[in-house]
Amino acid sequence: MSKHHNKLWYLVFVLPLFIIFATVVLIPFFIGIFYSFFEWDGFSANPMVYVGLDNYIELIDDGRFLNSAWLTLEFTILSLVLVNVLGLGFALIVTSALKSANFARTMFFMPNLIGGLILGYIWQFIFSDGFRVIGELTGYENVFRNWLTDTDLAMYALVIVFSWQMAGYMMIIYIAGIQSIPGEVMEAAEIDGANYFQRLKNVVLPLLMPALTISLFLTLSFSFKIYDVNLSLTAGGPANSTELLAMHIYNEIFGYNNYGYGQAKAIIFFIVIAAITLTQVYMTKKREVEM
Amino acid sequence: MRLFKKYFKEILLVITALVFLSPVYIMIVNSFKSRSELYENVLALPETLTFEHYIRAMDRMNFGLAFFNSLVITIISVFIIVILSSMTAWMLARKDNTLSRVIFMTFIATMLIPFQTIMMPLIQFMDQIMSTTGLPMLNTRSGLIFMHVGFNASLAVFLYHGFVKSIPISLEESAEIDGASKFTVFWRIIFPILKPITVTVIILNVIQIWNDYLLPSLVLTDQSLRTIPLATFYFFGEFTIQWNQAMAGLVLTIIPVVIFYALAQKHIIKGIGEGAVK
Repeated sequence: MSKHHNKLWYLVFVLPLFIIFATVVLIPFFIGIFYSFFEWDGFSANPMVYVGLDNYIELIDDGRFLNSAWLTLEFTILSLVLVNVLGLGFALIVTSALKSANFARTMFFMPNLIGGLILGYIWQFIFSDGFRVIGELTGYENVFRNWLTDTDLAMYALVIVFSWQMAGYMMIIYIAGIQSIPGEVMEAAEIDGANYFQRLKNVVLPLLMPALTISLFLTLSFSFKIYDVNLSLTAGGPANSTELLAMHIYNEIFGYNNYGYGQAKAIIFFIVIAAITLTQVYMTKKREVEM
Repeated sequence: MRLFKKYFKEILLVITALVFLSPVYIMIVNSFKSRSELYENVLALPETLTFEHYIRAMDRMNFGLAFFNSLVITIISVFIIVILSSMTAWMLARKDNTLSRVIFMTFIATMLIPFQTIMMPLIQFMDQIMSTTGLPMLNTRSGLIFMHVGFNASLAVFLYHGFVKSIPISLEESAEIDGASKFTVFWRIIFPILKPITVTVIILNVIQIWNDYLLPSLVLTDQSLRTIPLATFYFFGEFTIQWNQAMAGLVLTIIPVVIFYALAQKHIIKGIGEGAVK
C-alpha cells in the first residue's frame, strides 16, 4: 500500500464531514467575530460601518442587556437548586428496591423527550386556566392565579417548567452515580448502625460528588442557554421580566435589526458559556484524579 | 405493619410519578372538551369523547406535512451524521498525527459555542453561498439537513473517537495485510463493532434534531417545509388560542415522541447517560 494511497483514504474519510462542519460552524464563528466590530442593520443594501470596539463598550452601559444578564443569573441559580434537588430525590427513590421504581423512572424522564417549545405551550395553559380553576376550587386564589401575567411570578413559572423538563435528565446521571457505589460500603454503614439519613449524608453524598459535579454544570450550561421554553411560555414577558440572554440576543439581532451590536452580545455570551464549561471540565478531571 | 409500610411506599411513589405527569393528563383531557366544559373545570374528565378538535388542529397545523418534513429531515440528518462521523472519528483515532489531533481538538473546542453566537453569521454565509454558487442552502430541506449535520458532528465524532480507541488495532492490521482497502476494513470490520455507540449517537441526535426549533425557524420560510416544532409555533401564533384545539395539537406532536420512547426506552436512558457523562 503506497503512502500516496493512504493520504487519499485519509481525505476520503475525514474531508466530507470536516467541510460541512467548517461551513456550518467554524467559518460562521469567525465571521461572527468580524461582524461584532461593525454597525449594520442586516440589509445587504445598507453599508456596514466599522466601529472598532464600540459595540463592546456600549453594552457595558446597556440597561436592557444587564437586566437580562441579571435575570439569567437569577433563573440559573433557582433552576440549579430545584433541578438537582428533584433529580437527586428521584434518583434516590428510583434506586430503592420498590416494585414501582421502573415505572416511576420512565415517568420522571418522559418530559425530557418532549421539546422545550411544546412543554412551554402545555404549561402556558396550566399557569393561566389551570391555576385559575385550582384557585377557585381550593380558595387559594392569591396563589393560584395566572402566573404568566405577573412580573414577579413569571420567572418562577419558567423555573418550574425548566425543572420539570430537566429533573429526569439529571436523575439519570445520579442513578449512574448511585449504582456505582459498592454494596459493601452501604452494608458496612448499616451494620455500624447508621440510619437512612446518616448513610445518605456520610456515605452516599460524598461518593456522589462526581455525579453532582456533572449535573451541576450541565444544569448551569443548559439553563444559561435556555431559549425554546422561554419563547413558548412567556416570550420574554410580561414587560421583559423574563427576557433571558439567549432571547435577548435573538431580539437584538432579528427584532431590533442591530446585527453588529447583537453579535457583540453573542460573542460575550459565548465567552461566559465557554468559561463555565471549561471550569466544568477542569473540575471533573481534577475529581477523577482524586477518586 | 411492615407489609403495610412497603405498600404505602409503593403507592406513594406511583402517586408522585402520576402527579409529576399531571400536565400531560391536563393536556389530554382538555383536548376532548367543549369550550364551556373547559372553562368550568380543567381538571375533570371530558363528558364525551369527540375527536373534532384533533381534526381541526391537524388541518390548521397541516400536521401530516409537518410530520413528514420532521421525519425526512431527522432520518436523513441522523443517517449522514452516523456515516460521516464514524468514518472521520475512526481515521482520526487511527492516524494519530499532529493534523489528526488538531482536527479532533477543533471539533471538540467548538462544542463550547452556543447556537446564538453562530446563528446570524451562519444565515448570512449560507445566503452568500447560495447567491454565488446557486446551491440551495436556505429554505430547503437539504440545506437544513446540511446544517444539522454540521452542528451535531462534534459530539458524534467525540463519542465515536472514544469508542474506536477501545478497539484493538490488530484486527484491522491483519485484514490490511490480506489486501483489504481502508474502505472495506472500515465497513466490514469496524462499523459492526461500533454498534453500541452508534445506537447512542442515533438516540441523542434523533431527540435533538426532532425537537429543534430555532435553527429550522431561521432556515425555513416556506409554509410547506415546516417541521413539527415550527408548525406548532405558527399554530399558536396565528390564531387566538382556543385551548381545546391547542391541546389537541400538542397531543398530536407528542404521540410520535411517546411511541419512540416506548420502543427504545432502554437505549434512550443509556444513551442520555453516556452522552452526558463523557
